[in-house]
Amino acid sequence: MEAALKETKANTSEVTGADLLISALEKENVEVIFGYPGGAVLPIYDKLYDSKILHVLPRHEQGGIHAAEGYARISGKPGVVIATSGPGATNIITGIADAMMDSLPLVVFTGQVATGVIGTDAFQEADILGITTPITKYNYQIRDIKDIPRIIKEAFYIATSGRPGPVVIDFPKDLAAGVSAEPVEEEIYLPGYQPTTEPNFLQVRKLSEAVSRAKRPVILAGAGILHAKASSVLKEFAEQQNLHVVHTLLGLGGFPANHELFLGMAGMHGCYAANMALYNCDLLINIGARFDDRLTGNLKHFAPKATVAHIDIDPAEIGKNVPTQIPVVGDAGEALRQLLRVGASPPQQEEWKETLAAWKKDFPYHYENSEVLKPQKVMELLYEKTAGEAIVVTDVGQHQMWAAQYYQLQQADRWVTSGGLGTMGFGLPASIGAQLADPTACVVAVLGDGGFQMSTQELAVIAEFKLPIKIAILNNKALGMVRQWQEIFYKERYSHSKNPVQPSFVKLAEAYGIRGFEINSEAEAHLVLNEVLHDKEPVLLDFRVDGAENVYPMIAPGKGIHEMVGVKK
Amino acid sequence: MKRIITMTVLNRPGVLNRITNLFSKRNYNIESISVGLTEQEGVSRITCVVHVENDGMVEQITKQLNKQIDVLKVADISDQAIVARELILMKVPVLPHNRAEIYSIIEPFRASVIDVSKDSIIIQLTGETEKIEAFIDLIKPYGIRELARTGTTAFPRGNQRTGQQKSFSFV
Repeated sequence: MEAALKETKANTSEVTGADLLISALEKENVEVIFGYPGGAVLPIYDKLYDSKILHVLPRHEQGGIHAAEGYARISGKPGVVIATSGPGATNIITGIADAMMDSLPLVVFTGQVATGVIGTDAFQEADILGITTPITKYNYQIRDIKDIPRIIKEAFYIATSGRPGPVVIDFPKDLAAGVSAEPVEEEIYLPGYQPTTEPNFLQVRKLSEAVSRAKRPVILAGAGILHAKASSVLKEFAEQQNLHVVHTLLGLGGFPANHELFLGMAGMHGCYAANMALYNCDLLINIGARFDDRLTGNLKHFAPKATVAHIDIDPAEIGKNVPTQIPVVGDAGEALRQLLRVGASPPQQEEWKETLAAWKKDFPYHYENSEVLKPQKVMELLYEKTAGEAIVVTDVGQHQMWAAQYYQLQQADRWVTSGGLGTMGFGLPASIGAQLADPTACVVAVLGDGGFQMSTQELAVIAEFKLPIKIAILNNKALGMVRQWQEIFYKERYSHSKNPVQPSFVKLAEAYGIRGFEINSEAEAHLVLNEVLHDKEPVLLDFRVDGAENVYPMIAPGKGIHEMVGVKK
Repeated sequence: MKRIITMTVLNRPGVLNRITNLFSKRNYNIESISVGLTEQEGVSRITCVVHVENDGMVEQITKQLNKQIDVLKVADISDQAIVARELILMKVPVLPHNRAEIYSIIEPFRASVIDVSKDSIIIQLTGETEKIEAFIDLIKPYGIRELARTGTTAFPRGNQRTGQQKSFSFV
């Protein structure tokens, strides 16, 4: 008996792979883990039981990784995810791809079957290294316990530096339970990875000269501004040179929406002034945007008269879609600070400024209000009643575009949306991560009824942690964006886009212990929002909005950025 | 057009998968890829021959390759003075009446016969792709039973004389 006891003690004093993992996470100051246990990660979960790191259990692994994305977007720190092997790991693939597209830093641990049975189609085995290779910035499989501290250190460095992105670490079960015979390695070794942050000064000067010469310049600011924490220096530069700013969907908040130099969001559902500025400019200064097709429309008609300058930390983005005359590789903030220091004389652009001002004034976003509650009205009300200070998290579809159009973000890092991948089911779990990253903020999750039903189960997490998230469902009883395209491009043949059966979302919320309201009119919306927005409790608001409403303006696929339809007459 | 891209990579698990994956993900057309160890421990050299439509595309490929964490150095060496070599093994049926004829083709190409059996031989040939192609064309009428090609591997020459015609190769 005594001998046995001694043996256990000896065992517990030894440092296992799981211990190395936990201490590495603590060293990286990880505050929260979004994870779901299972067979292959049991040794890790046993150690987590004693750890001080907060663990959030989503009700589906996909919810966990989207929550981590929301957390990363708001906190600027990497989101940490744990999933078990096989199905646990494959359930987070969508989130990994989403983070890759939108450059969000994640460090994802997947359990793996024991090293001895890898490759034998063992229970809950999946080739996660192979599956995640095209959708990660980098991935590892731990092959030796002594490598664990080094690999985790490298993973955090890779995920957060340069252009951020997801890193996967595949963790075989026996290595989590095992003990290293050799001393562990901690020094990172990445000779092939040296992201350029300091831009080439000659290129910056060239850009500065182009600005001085320009007659019709415009800045296109993407999420690179947010990743570089460069929104204040962007404002300084725009004001110094008197340059107008257009945002991408993901860049929103990087430049204050109420600033006189702001033209609005550009792209497929962008505003007239922003799109026309991109079409007519003679100098386009892209800062941290990747010229996505939803922004550019038909490339033949994108900025056809412009000299294109592009500041990006990822050299592979420069010239990928749009030929670029002035490439600047480096951190957006660094580049802007250098531009400020050069301080060239501002361009002569009186005529252009007049044109832009007229476009902005004459062709704003518009809709016709009516008795039936309009989704645009809901977004306007949310904006007014939160004074534009909320963190807005969206799902994907019509509501996402209305949120982008009508919620005028004034500050950086208050906007969480799935842009590149366009992942339905993203919004609700992402709002959980956003709220955890900023517990005192007012978080509004703007969702469609379709996307909400893809991750409804995460209401349990909101209830469990009493997160005061305001869930606003713009309920049109349809997959609105699909319906809109079918109306316009498929002769109103609404193939499987209308939801014939819907549960009562209010009762569903109540089943989780969350208050719910059904809202059918503008008057009701006023009343309810006044009551609940400043509560410290979660609430679900089921806005029954006009199902026939479409998102405009719109650039049809294949059309140029100047060929918008649905512009205010 | 054909371009030759060479790179050195850290020899970590999955690195080849990452490289080939990149080609298929970005829809690049790859003709051959050859991989092997280098003089440095833990570093491998990969040589790819790719078909691209324009210079912009090859620039994208090298940038995307450079972005990979394990890639140490990438270069498109097509416009440099280079030595490029490929090795093939070819099994050809040989009958008494055409034996001399086949050997007379092998000789000027400096190919070597590395295996002889009753009714077939295995020929080994090294050279630039054009030479290999020419040899295959000449042997084809005799019936090629099996053919294996390693794909091109290449180096820039020690002396890069600019403005000169592409230098010819010895051997």
